[in-house]
Amino acid sequence: MKKFRYLKDVVTLKLDKDLCMGCGVCSEVCPHQVFSVDNQKASIIDLDGCMECGACASNCPVGAIEVNPGVGCASYIIQTWIKGKDAKIECC
Amino acid sequence: MKEIKLSNMSNEQNEHNSCCAGSDPVSLVNLPMAQAEPDDAPCCGAPAGPPSSPFERPGYTLCHFVDSFVETASGAVPRISFCLGLADYMGAVRARLGISRDQYKVSPGLYSVGTAGENSPVLVTANYKLSFDHLRRQLAEVDAWILVLDTRGINVWCAAGKKTFSTAEIIRQVKLVGLERIVKHREIILPQLGAPGLTASQVKKGCGFKVIWGPIRAEDIKDFLENNCKATGEMRQLTFTLAERIVLVPVEISLILKPSLWVLLAIFILSGIGPEFSVSTAFCRWIGLSTAYIFGVLGGAVAVPILLPWLPGRAFYLKGILTGVFFGMASVGILRAEFAGLEAISMMLISVAVSSYAAMNFTGATPYASPSGVEKEMRVGIPVQAIAVLLTFILWIGGPFYGV
Repeated sequence: MKKFRYLKDVVTLKLDKDLCMGCGVCSEVCPHQVFSVDNQKASIIDLDGCMECGACASNCPVGAIEVNPGVGCASYIIQTWIKGKDAKIECC
Repeated sequence: MKEIKLSNMSNEQNEHNSCCAGSDPVSLVNLPMAQAEPDDAPCCGAPAGPPSSPFERPGYTLCHFVDSFVETASGAVPRISFCLGLADYMGAVRARLGISRDQYKVSPGLYSVGTAGENSPVLVTANYKLSFDHLRRQLAEVDAWILVLDTRGINVWCAAGKKTFSTAEIIRQVKLVGLERIVKHREIILPQLGAPGLTASQVKKGCGFKVIWGPIRAEDIKDFLENNCKATGEMRQLTFTLAERIVLVPVEISLILKPSLWVLLAIFILSGIGPEFSVSTAFCRWIGLSTAYIFGVLGGAVAVPILLPWLPGRAFYLKGILTGVFFGMASVGILRAEFAGLEAISMMLISVAVSSYAAMNFTGATPYASPSGVEKEMRVGIPVQAIAVLLTFILWIGGPFYGV
């Protein structure tokens, strides 16, 4: 995926290092190698590589990770603009 | 009791040993259906077909990929083939074209492949048939159980996002199929891309099975299993190869098809607005703008996916503008005998606008665009496209009035 880079400084991914206990699940489930675990602590090594899928946040046992997952499809987002974020959106 | 008139049947047929009707109408009441024997006289010109499979059950259709059934402590489990046949390839083509792909499902529940036993691994997948086929074709010489979740016919990744490939559904299926009576171990192997939909620790709490994260691609499952369920870095890295991008193009086109028909209709109406209205003028002018529109669709929905890593600019709407310029120039070039000046500019604008929009929509099919990023580029892209479309129509309608 080295050839594929998206916009910079937009992702909502946050890691609370104080809560982190270095289990490594985040780096195991991440499909973009965003995390690295050293010395019982995880750190974000490629923030812009994150696609906000939420795998890390869902599986962090101590809730140290926060991210706003969403549907990254333009027509879906347009519908949320028009109908609001909680509306029933038709998409594929 | 209705009497059957045999008078219009030939004498030959009357004497023939037919199972269709007896000469005595009363005998129809108790006519038993004889078992078909090889030397029975043929009925309707052909020998009777083979008997039904012993695995058939009233009210259920047997799937073509089921070889046999295995008896387990939790009942009979179908043993499936790892070979894909013509029906599966045709189904895959239809799904990729977007034809009834939300009905392309298999029944959720437990299946087996090879000679699965109490120590065999359990591989979990979605009930989208493309996912199911994609998995099983990699399982030659593998003995495993396959637990299919009810993801409403959606693939693993999208189902994880929609929360149907979820903690709750895994727990439900594990309990429903009685997995704890079938395998001695307490582990289930999940596709890595299902991770966004569930919390592994909650799955363990809910059904007693520990989640092992399998590789991203089914092709790596055999190596993964042979490597003691340890994944290499490569197995955990997403790719977006040319082949993987091309296969997404037909669905992009199918999704833009219906809105395009409305656009083409609107273009026809607008093409009729001019100093002198006539259907033939409207039609001739319609050719120009609709060709430019279609070229724009090709630029955004076909060229951008294919050329993705080589197109400059990170935002997709920008990549679409670039291809839109080329495809717009092509449409103007092809029709330069009929359209020039303001009308040609109008054609360029719609190609660029549509290409930009279609490219922007492709973000949803990529494995690397973040929703935050998409929303950010849309805040610029949509106004740009809207202005381009507005200018298109102003110039297209205004063109004939100014004689250019």
